[in-house]
Amino acid sequence: MRFLSLIWSNLKRKKLRTSLTLLSIFVAFVLFGLLCTINEAFTGGISVAGADRLIVRHKVSLIMTLPVTYGRRMEQVSGVASAVHLTWFNGIYKNEPKNFFGSFPTDPEPFLALYPEILLPEDRKQAWLKTRTGAIVGRQLVERFKWKIGDRIPLVSPIWPRQGDGAWEFEIVGIYDGAKKATDTSGFYFRYDYFDEGRSYGKGLVGWYGVRVKDPAQAADVAKAIDNEFANSPYETKAEPEGAFVQGFAQQIGDIGTILIAILSAVFFTILLVAGNTMAQSVRERTEELGVLKAMGFTNELVLALVLLESCAIALVGGLTGLAIAWLIASRGSPVPNMLPVFYLPVRYLFIGAGLVLGLGLIAGILPAVQAMRLQIAHALRRNA
Amino acid sequence: MFNWLSQIVAVTLFNVRTIPERKGAAFTAAVGISGVVAVFVGVLSIAEGFRAAMRVSGADDVAVVLRSSADNEMTSGLSREETRLIADAPGIARTADGPLASAELFVIINLPKRSTGSDANVPFRGVGQASMKVRGDVRITEGRSFDSGRNEVIVGAGAARAFSGLEVGRKIRIGQTEWDVVGTFVGGGGAAESEIWTDAAVLQPAYHRGDSFQSVYAKLVSVSAFQQFKDSLTTNPQLKVKALRQSEFLSEQSSMLTTFIEKIGVFIAAMMALGALFGALNTMYSAVAARTREIATLRALGFGSTPVILSVMFESLTLALIGGVAGAAAAYFAFDGFKAATINWQTFSQIAFAFSVTPQLLANAIILTVVLGLLGGLFPAIRAARLPIAAALRET
Repeated sequence: MRFLSLIWSNLKRKKLRTSLTLLSIFVAFVLFGLLCTINEAFTGGISVAGADRLIVRHKVSLIMTLPVTYGRRMEQVSGVASAVHLTWFNGIYKNEPKNFFGSFPTDPEPFLALYPEILLPEDRKQAWLKTRTGAIVGRQLVERFKWKIGDRIPLVSPIWPRQGDGAWEFEIVGIYDGAKKATDTSGFYFRYDYFDEGRSYGKGLVGWYGVRVKDPAQAADVAKAIDNEFANSPYETKAEPEGAFVQGFAQQIGDIGTILIAILSAVFFTILLVAGNTMAQSVRERTEELGVLKAMGFTNELVLALVLLESCAIALVGGLTGLAIAWLIASRGSPVPNMLPVFYLPVRYLFIGAGLVLGLGLIAGILPAVQAMRLQIAHALRRNA
Repeated sequence: MFNWLSQIVAVTLFNVRTIPERKGAAFTAAVGISGVVAVFVGVLSIAEGFRAAMRVSGADDVAVVLRSSADNEMTSGLSREETRLIADAPGIARTADGPLASAELFVIINLPKRSTGSDANVPFRGVGQASMKVRGDVRITEGRSFDSGRNEVIVGAGAARAFSGLEVGRKIRIGQTEWDVVGTFVGGGGAAESEIWTDAAVLQPAYHRGDSFQSVYAKLVSVSAFQQFKDSLTTNPQLKVKALRQSEFLSEQSSMLTTFIEKIGVFIAAMMALGALFGALNTMYSAVAARTREIATLRALGFGSTPVILSVMFESLTLALIGGVAGAAAAYFAFDGFKAATINWQTFSQIAFAFSVTPQLLANAIILTVVLGLLGGLFPAIRAARLPIAAALRET
């Protein structure tokens, strides 16, 4: 510990260079944090997908509808515990296309039972069951539009116009939270009975089903059994585990996601290269001083430790602040809630980041440190002469 | 004046000649800047390419008609009666076969993507007889066009590239019907190339669509005929539709994704530029520090401070330009024409496009380089010029 002041004065002696290096490491780790956040936003749904749940959709594509009667038939298939349907409503608030969010008619009770990650207080649940036009809204969406319980929300759906003038009205009866951070709380769920009675065509048709299987190990077999049940009907299905469905969906972004991540990684490593080189250089410039230290009786190991500590100190200060700022930025929420509703920096990436910070400090310091350790005193002192 | 100029040249040459002695630091600065430029060009070429795909195919003399409440084709719906009324509107170009208007259906099917093997949403369009004449730039490159009334499809070049099983001669099974792939078409690199086309009359029963359509594409007699066409539709009490120029329609359809990519691109480039600027500053400061005595000697010999400043700036600019040009070239070779496909959330379907490194983008990259080079050199140059001569000469 008594050598801390030595390290401190070494850092201080070229204040400008130290701060520039600090800043570039800082920038690199802000980028790293945001990269991880974006990556998580692209793929995050996979980690919250229930292992015991399937998604059953029309075989041709998700935009095709299935009969509402399929739910009962699915529950007859052996291995199926329960099934609930959802439909893509495409609700738009205040007739502004940018005021768009995921909105779905469903059956309240089975829905809440199938998706336990949707946390809704019991009294709100009762209110939803009592209110025909009631809707429950995710925390993130409520904050986006500054809604509160009791508000009446007019929505227009280009797909499902209501009989008459086409506009729908809902009453917010509950606000739900996510059980996990990665749970999407940007949804708007309302009652199917209200929806089915009001829509001007397509009665009795729903978008897709969520299905709970009794034994997750049997999920693939149950999926096959469901598809067989409806094979050769006008509405053939494709059942797959929720994780596979979400992953397939994320992969649709495909190349763009991969390329963004590749580019960000390239950025990250370029900045580290530049910063690391500068740090190494600043140690090399001080060879003769290290010689003096050794002449005064500092051991080889101590010199090694001093040099390493110095480079780690720069890396830690710059890198950890960078990670902290990235975390702050991410926790302010998604800049594009329409496209990436789940936007946060998972703790595991903070640990990985901290590991990289330490790695950077060690790698940037190790070469000059070893050189310093092996330095012949006489040679070092003569170096500049 | 001449003396002043020759001073600048002399000091600058002297600086530049000594760059090889500072290989490491100079190289680092150049690498940093080339990285910035490569990333800047790379990310923005995605947005450029995407926009190009949308723009090329969007003609100003082609109109798209949708139900008035719809914001894309998928959420639109028109009856046959309505499509007839639209085709009869004034302003539409006509041939001996009738008006150049095509009533179309737009659905999505799932096909495995080549790059990942997982299912992706591929747009499947049922078109009318006049569709190719309406669009003008669509032509068959392989095989033939579909026969009307048969389960035959033609595949856009981009779709054929991005999804598997779409080669001419193959069959694709959608639901309970099988479709023969009979041809491949190009559409000037535009959005249509991401699609699969068939006869709308065959697609309707296959999708339980009865006798309804989702959009009408119409070729207008001229660009300026659009207003007349639009007015006649919106004032017709039998119709609840909206008309858009195809160019507007397509750029609106892609606005979300292009904005997203541009935002991310500019943000990454800005962060990276900061990082590289710190690197360049560090390099130039050490360059000045390493030559303190030399600079002081020059000043003692009577060289002015302006030549010293300019020479440092020039050196920094040279390094930046070397890095910038290398980065831009690398990005050009790595990204220009790179084929990719991604989902456009607004249409919920895949769009295939090619990255495009435009001359404008390269010019912007070079401007960025120059700014970085000048900024990176400015402060160290000022420090060099302000060195107290006597003290600096004594420095070891």
